[in-house]
Amino acid sequence: MATKIVMAQLSPTMEEGKLVEWKVKEGDQVEAGDILAEVETDKANMDIEALHGGVIRALLVADGDVVAVGALIGVIADADEDISALLESAPQPSSAPAAEDAAPVQPEAPSEPVPSEPAPVEPAPAEPAPAEPAPAPTDAPTTNVQTPRTSERIKVSPVARRMAQAAGLDLAVMSGTGPGGRIIKGDVEAAIATGATPAAVATGTAADAARAMAPVGTPRLEDQRIELSMMRKAIAKRLVQSIGPIPHFFLTTEIDMERALDMRKSLNDRLSEGKVGVNDLLIKVVAEALTRHPEINASFEGDAIRRHGSVDIGIAVALPDGLITPVLRDADRKGLLQISVESADLVARGRIRRLTPEEYQGATFTISNLGMMDIDEFTAIINPPEAAILAIGQTVEKPVVEDGEVVVRRRMRVTMSCDHRVIDGAMGAAFLQTLRAMLENPLELVS
Amino acid sequence: MAVITYREALNRALREEMERDGSVFLIGEEVGEYDGAYKVSKGLLDTFGEWRVRDTPIAENGFAGLGVGAAMAGLRPVVEFMTWNFALLAYDAIVNSAAKLLFMSGGQFNIPIVFRGPGGAALQLSAQHSQVPDPWYANIPGIKVCVPATPADALGLLKSAIRDADPVVFIEGELLYNMKGEVPDGEHLVPIGLADIKRIGEDVTIVAHSRMVHVALAAAEKLASEYEVEAEVVDLRSLRPLDTDSVIASVRKTNRAVVVQEGWPVSGIGAQIVDDIQREAFDDLDAPVARVSGLDVPMHYARSIEKLIVPSVDHVVNAVKHVCYLD
Repeated sequence: MATKIVMAQLSPTMEEGKLVEWKVKEGDQVEAGDILAEVETDKANMDIEALHGGVIRALLVADGDVVAVGALIGVIADADEDISALLESAPQPSSAPAAEDAAPVQPEAPSEPVPSEPAPVEPAPAEPAPAEPAPAPTDAPTTNVQTPRTSERIKVSPVARRMAQAAGLDLAVMSGTGPGGRIIKGDVEAAIATGATPAAVATGTAADAARAMAPVGTPRLEDQRIELSMMRKAIAKRLVQSIGPIPHFFLTTEIDMERALDMRKSLNDRLSEGKVGVNDLLIKVVAEALTRHPEINASFEGDAIRRHGSVDIGIAVALPDGLITPVLRDADRKGLLQISVESADLVARGRIRRLTPEEYQGATFTISNLGMMDIDEFTAIINPPEAAILAIGQTVEKPVVEDGEVVVRRRMRVTMSCDHRVIDGAMGAAFLQTLRAMLENPLELVS
Repeated sequence: MAVITYREALNRALREEMERDGSVFLIGEEVGEYDGAYKVSKGLLDTFGEWRVRDTPIAENGFAGLGVGAAMAGLRPVVEFMTWNFALLAYDAIVNSAAKLLFMSGGQFNIPIVFRGPGGAALQLSAQHSQVPDPWYANIPGIKVCVPATPADALGLLKSAIRDADPVVFIEGELLYNMKGEVPDGEHLVPIGLADIKRIGEDVTIVAHSRMVHVALAAAEKLASEYEVEAEVVDLRSLRPLDTDSVIASVRKTNRAVVVQEGWPVSGIGAQIVDDIQREAFDDLDAPVARVSGLDVPMHYARSIEKLIVPSVDHVVNAVKHVCYLD
């Protein structure tokens, strides 16, 4: 039975490999497990092993060639077996999603387009057993990790594929518990729960190295499994939905807060009761800036972009086991005092979980502030279907150059995460310019 | 909320609609003097008289055709078939006349008629009297098909059917007539073409209609207690129009589906629903959709064999275990 030698995916991030050197030549007899070639990946040089015994009938790439993962690079077969069908088949693209990009670097292997009749393209699946016997699951830790399932179609349920993609998991290194090794939803959930990432599925050498570096002495921490609260589940689900399908990009700017903070102080000095917080000021300014940039106050709807008719600001509030984002409705139409009263109420009730769904759903833009926790700047993950979220860092006194002089100023860094389907770079930057101008010159607010 | 039987709910629907609209009348075999073979029309003759509750000869195509003509002339006939098995003789009146006249008259004639009667297997009625007619009618553009599973839905759907401007095939569950359930007081209408979630669950969607809803619900309880699987039961209530949106929304949530129908598997309603699911929710599926159907044979008279032919709770439980990878 003829089997293909393909450029195996030897690391989770590998998209192509350089064939450093063939260790065999055409006509050689090989046994399963024999080393066929040395391959340079994006991480290290590794060996490709023979999956089956036989005669090396064809070597399709030369030493030094760079080949896409999954591409056919040679054939092992019986000495007199007809391998013309295998040789005619186009190089097999990898089933790893990223491999599509790698297509142009395929070597001089036959490059005609995939024939429309499926039969000659992939003779192997018709008789899957000899092509690559499914490794017994119990052997998994000890079998050769150099040969994950890349040349073969990975059996995976549609929803598992989607979830794995969203979580950044590499299906090629996962084992499936469904029929015929199908990777099912439960497998992906288990992989996510155990924190398995492509990096966590270490090669033997890396794992050995990690063990060698393990410190001595009594561990001060213990393994703990903490059941997900409903809230943590919801957070996980929504944020995975976000960072997966939403093309994020991030814009950071530093804002001089002198005048804004002065204004806040003089306002508070005149107030007999209540107090306007920095957050209230930010809500007000952001809301005002959004009315001037309605393209930011928007959502992606598949075949359209919706610009919202109201400015409803979500305020991210940390909780002991999660977070919640109460929504301050129509923030653009409310005064600072009203915003401060309403947000204090929303935040207080949010902390004790006394918000109704209407009070924490449907924001059009969210502000997340970690300044009080000494964070200088960070990137927040968009809460869909909103198109952007603004991450606020702490305001710190720092030296800045002004008119050629070094002076001390209170400065704050903000980073906006944008959904690129809705917001383009310049569009987002223009919004931040407006925001910055308003904070640096609060009179803008009334202009 | 009163608790009444499915039979009483149908009777109440007929009575309310006949009181509401003088153009509504009931014809069929033994609907008058005998109060109906299944007593659905009990007391209606006494109340409304023989002009509006009319016994017919044993001539299904004749009285079904009479109904179509009356509907063309502006009345709202309710035609009872003693069972849908007998309506095969009236198939021409239903399919070629009622379903086609609006179209073929260029929109001149609405046919506001209801054909109703029991369908499905009962107990040892053998091959000719145990058939599930659902797909024979759901296949036909120009008619609507209602298949209620509960007294409340039977009441609300029959009232909607009588008021509908188009022909409605109303298939009652023969084994459901004695089933009791809560029915809202006052006017209760259920829109045709809207499914109903009869049980909320997270792990698997069971789609069913008519008596199979109760099989699905019993299976769901067994799955919950024995396998910790929470099934969502979607009752289609109408087969045409079919509420695909509700089915898809549920499958998107659960990622797994089992479609249950009492009738034969080939070209059955379940095939249509599976097709909708695979097209609309492909990326949400964690397993191929499973179907549970009656066996592909004529119904046997022997009780022991009849039990094997009709889908049971265990059939549904096994199918759910399969799609949840528990078998």
